[in-house]
Amino acid sequence: MSAGARGAGRGGGAPKAPARWSAASRAGRLELTASPHIKGPDSTPRIMWTVVASLAPVVVAATWWFGVSALILLAGATLGAVATERWFGPGGTLRDGSAAITGLLLGLTLPASVPLWVAVIGGAFSIAFGKLIFGGLGQNVFNPALLGRAFLQAAFPTVMTTWPTRPETWGTLAGDTFALPFMSGDAVAALTGATPLGLMKFESVGTEVARLAVGATGGSLGETAAIAILAGGAWLAAKRYLDWRIPVSILATVAVLSQVVRWIDPSSPGPLFMLFSGGLMLGAVYMATDMVTSPTTPTGAWIYGVGIGALVVLIRLWGGLPEGVMYAILLMNAMVPFIERATKPRVFGTGAPVEATS
Amino acid sequence: MTDLLWILVSAMLVNNFTLVLFLGLCPFLGVSARVSTALRMGLANIFVLTITSVTASFLNAFILPFAPYLRLISFIVVIASLVQITEMAIKKLSPTLFRELGIFLPLITTNCAILGLAIFQTNRGYGFVEGLFFALGAGLGLTLALVLMASIRETTELADVPSMARGMGLVLILAGSLSLAFMGFAGLFTV
Repeated sequence: MSAGARGAGRGGGAPKAPARWSAASRAGRLELTASPHIKGPDSTPRIMWTVVASLAPVVVAATWWFGVSALILLAGATLGAVATERWFGPGGTLRDGSAAITGLLLGLTLPASVPLWVAVIGGAFSIAFGKLIFGGLGQNVFNPALLGRAFLQAAFPTVMTTWPTRPETWGTLAGDTFALPFMSGDAVAALTGATPLGLMKFESVGTEVARLAVGATGGSLGETAAIAILAGGAWLAAKRYLDWRIPVSILATVAVLSQVVRWIDPSSPGPLFMLFSGGLMLGAVYMATDMVTSPTTPTGAWIYGVGIGALVVLIRLWGGLPEGVMYAILLMNAMVPFIERATKPRVFGTGAPVEATS
Repeated sequence: MTDLLWILVSAMLVNNFTLVLFLGLCPFLGVSARVSTALRMGLANIFVLTITSVTASFLNAFILPFAPYLRLISFIVVIASLVQITEMAIKKLSPTLFRELGIFLPLITTNCAILGLAIFQTNRGYGFVEGLFFALGAGLGLTLALVLMASIRETTELADVPSMARGMGLVLILAGSLSLAFMGFAGLFTV
């Protein structure tokens, strides 16, 4: 542009040019470039690795409560995801960190006693059938980590619903972590308990909210420490790496609906229990807010969040399963193309939303 | 009333004909490329399913008690003729819709969802009103599956799908993923 801009710089030396202007502009020369003109420092790798970093408290909490098995499983799931991305994906996509997030999030949704090979298969499935089959990052329909978990739940229902209690020492394995693939391991090696949601659903036993909030309960690796998840989510929301409308609308819908149900039927669990138990926090903050599989418009984000919250309450209170966050998010992922279509913004200066020409 | 609602919700979500029972896969895979077509296919299905349910109720009440061996054949013949009549009516009333659906209207005839509905309804002993709600639920469930699938397929048209999965391969994987998601409705309202 320098050749064209040469004559225009006579009024140069405007005293207080904003810092974000380019050097040429600040020197008073007219610079002609195509948009965008104002560039932020954010890039895909930066966002993705920030999300990974924000998961650190959750990972620490998971290893604190479930011992060394948690670390092994998280590493296994991440390895499965990253290796699949490396072998089958387009070159150079490992650096953007999206495969690492998928693997880590999948690992956080597993019970601590799952054998290592199941975690690796789950990570590989997530990336292969959740993401690469659609053409890679940004083109998938379903959240890859949750699709991987739904696959594991359908393929290995027993190990996916066995919840170990906290091991006695940190170095004790929570289950038969190193079982050989497709071999039945020593199932009795670990003590198993029930999740707070399972206790509530099948035995109508509640759990104190304080214990739920710090994670001193049974459950998946990452779903127990609600406070750690909220802290990470707040940091990401402050950096605007996730749309705050989605977690807020999910949690608000769950709270309101469960309070309403409690007024009608006092024996149902109240809003605090519903909010802090199970995978709701992890799902609302980290899974539902996946930039690829959530709606782009603000109105769409509200509809999406309310839909997830309503489905969570529906499945938890009236469904056959104790926990429904994963299915609620997957179902609303499937609805996203429809939500986007319905909330298409009006093009400025026209009367009605413009139909895309096919 | 609660029972009727339960029948409706069960047929629509918990035992969704397409995504849980895997009935009626032909229209699900064949006519789900565009949302507008999928919606019309779904409506046509609701229409045919409702007629099927009414017919099955009448056959069960008036003919089959005297000739139980006629069950399968009478269902098939009556449904097939009804769909032919539907096709003729649509051809006359809405040539556009007829052109859009094309080959798929005759496909509804041989659709296992239709025969499945008649047989399920008979085996479960549903009466006339229960059968209507069952048919409506099944039709709404089919429409829901079709429209969801079509909207997803329209989105993935722009995706950079690897050549091995392009076309029907991706559609089948999407159908499997949707089916996984619908597992969440298992056992709804039964506990």
